[in-house]
Amino acid sequence: MLRSVALAGSEKRRSRLLYREATDGRLFALPFVLGFLVWWLYPMGYSIYLIFQDWDLLTPPKFIGLANITKMLADPKVGISLVNTAFYTFVGVPVHLLVALILALALNVPLRGIAVYRTVFYLPSITPIVASAVVWLQIFQPEFGILNAALGQVGIPPVKWLFDPVVAKPAFIFMSTWGIGPQILIFLAGLQSVPESLHEAAAIDGADVWQRFRHITVPMISPVILFNLVVGIIGSFQVFTSAFIMTDGGPQDATLFTVLYLYRNGFQYFRMGYASTIAWMLFFIIVFFTVIQFKMANRWVYYEGSKR
Amino acid sequence: MAGMEQSMALGQRREIAGYRGRSPRRLVGHAILHVVLIVVGITFSVPLLWVIVTSLKAPNKVFTYPIRWIPDPLVWSNYPDMLQILKITGRPAMLLFAQNTLIIAVAATLGSVISTAFIGYSLARLRWPERDYVFALCLATMMLPGVVTLIPTFLIYRNVGWIDTFLPLIVPSWFGMNAFYVFLMRQFLLSLPYELEEAARVDGASSFRILWQVMVPLSGPVIATIAIFSFLGHYNEFMGPLIYLSSNENFTLALGLRMIQGRFGTQWPIVMAASTVMIAPPIVIFFLAQRYFIRGIQLTGLAGR
Repeated sequence: MLRSVALAGSEKRRSRLLYREATDGRLFALPFVLGFLVWWLYPMGYSIYLIFQDWDLLTPPKFIGLANITKMLADPKVGISLVNTAFYTFVGVPVHLLVALILALALNVPLRGIAVYRTVFYLPSITPIVASAVVWLQIFQPEFGILNAALGQVGIPPVKWLFDPVVAKPAFIFMSTWGIGPQILIFLAGLQSVPESLHEAAAIDGADVWQRFRHITVPMISPVILFNLVVGIIGSFQVFTSAFIMTDGGPQDATLFTVLYLYRNGFQYFRMGYASTIAWMLFFIIVFFTVIQFKMANRWVYYEGSKR
Repeated sequence: MAGMEQSMALGQRREIAGYRGRSPRRLVGHAILHVVLIVVGITFSVPLLWVIVTSLKAPNKVFTYPIRWIPDPLVWSNYPDMLQILKITGRPAMLLFAQNTLIIAVAATLGSVISTAFIGYSLARLRWPERDYVFALCLATMMLPGVVTLIPTFLIYRNVGWIDTFLPLIVPSWFGMNAFYVFLMRQFLLSLPYELEEAARVDGASSFRILWQVMVPLSGPVIATIAIFSFLGHYNEFMGPLIYLSSNENFTLALGLRMIQGRFGTQWPIVMAASTVMIAPPIVIFFLAQRYFIRGIQLTGLAGR
């Protein structure tokens, strides 16, 4: 009798604790939920509304139906900017990942002084993007830049880099390869989580270095490759700062990337509706490629200890 | 006999697997790798070294080739010149920009740490019905391209009169609006043992007290990681200040450096001195807090697992 009263009491206390926990949980997470409403949900709704408006911030917004969309589909600059952005992304990201993986493999070898090497390859990525844009602007400078000076020493004639429409985009990819420190570190973490026993077992069975890399290392680090790929593509599609500072889209629109064109429309021409339309197009393109990558991941990404 | 066979087999295994041991082939391999890493490493280092060296050169010595890696003469005066070349309301502009940057970065970092502590704790350790949905939102905002909110958030700030103030650059951090930091905090708190919390709860401690007196003191590493990333993120940010700040006296270092590049672009030593000033703090922070840095980046990557 006494015991059951005590039990009932503790039961009541337990449910009171659970109730308090749930209240606290909601309360503590409230800032995030509010933030999501204010900085994601409402703006997304707002910008859908803007797609159908013509608004220059001076006069009240005017409903124009689908005119922004038809205008965008016919706008040659939108097409150019998409081609530029796609080039930068689909050439740049694979190059970055490949270089980062090779460097990570080298930096995973237990050499003497390996910490120094790792620091050397990581430091460039700490450079603020504005500073690296300013610095690379001078490095690429055709007459006095150190890049052409260095090439001149091995007999290569000067390249016009950011002033040549053909070379400008590869030059941007070259420059951003300088800042792949984070990708290297992420690959390195992946490599360090590959159990050595797998390599040893395969080596005893006569697998050579390439076979071990191809059939052990790559599958084991495939989740990390996917991560770098997804994050790299999302980021590259939104490239802005370096182009804004270094070329402002030139020469001949060769580095007019989509976000740069969006920025111009929004904050230089004050076409709020049109800029929002471009933003949504880019949004869908990025989400499309992100989803595709996750779908394809089933085929090549190996998750240890799961049957996914 | 059997023992010898075994040790031979082991020796052989070592050589095939080629991990430890000091076989000649191994040493040659390492030597080649050293050479390759040194050459590539020097290539990677050239831009940063060149910035520093150029910032110490006389204007007429900048364009001489082959490059002189030790400036002669060493012109330290480029730094004070850089401060004097651009002034805003009588003060050296770069100092003003640095001050603005510091205010924004510190205020936003404080917000990030406090808000992610609450949100991360709630998502990791408190049980409430809608929790998993909120966590899914958090993951979604990590992946969604922010470009779509660019125009509308600008318009919202314009409506509430926040344009040309620091508020748009600070306030979102107080609401955990960098979902990645929330994620990091949650993952870390998940790894702490449950007994800690149970004991405190049975003793009648509130969630608030448990968070600040049990969880936070144990979360030093992850808080350091979030603080460093948040600080550097705001320090480096360009697009936000570009859109929200309009008057020169509110500019951050990122905007200021672009302004100096725009106005004095031909005076390379001045521009490079300004660049060095902007690059130095992150590098110092990196060397002071390398551990948290690398940990943070690698956690990001392993989040993908």
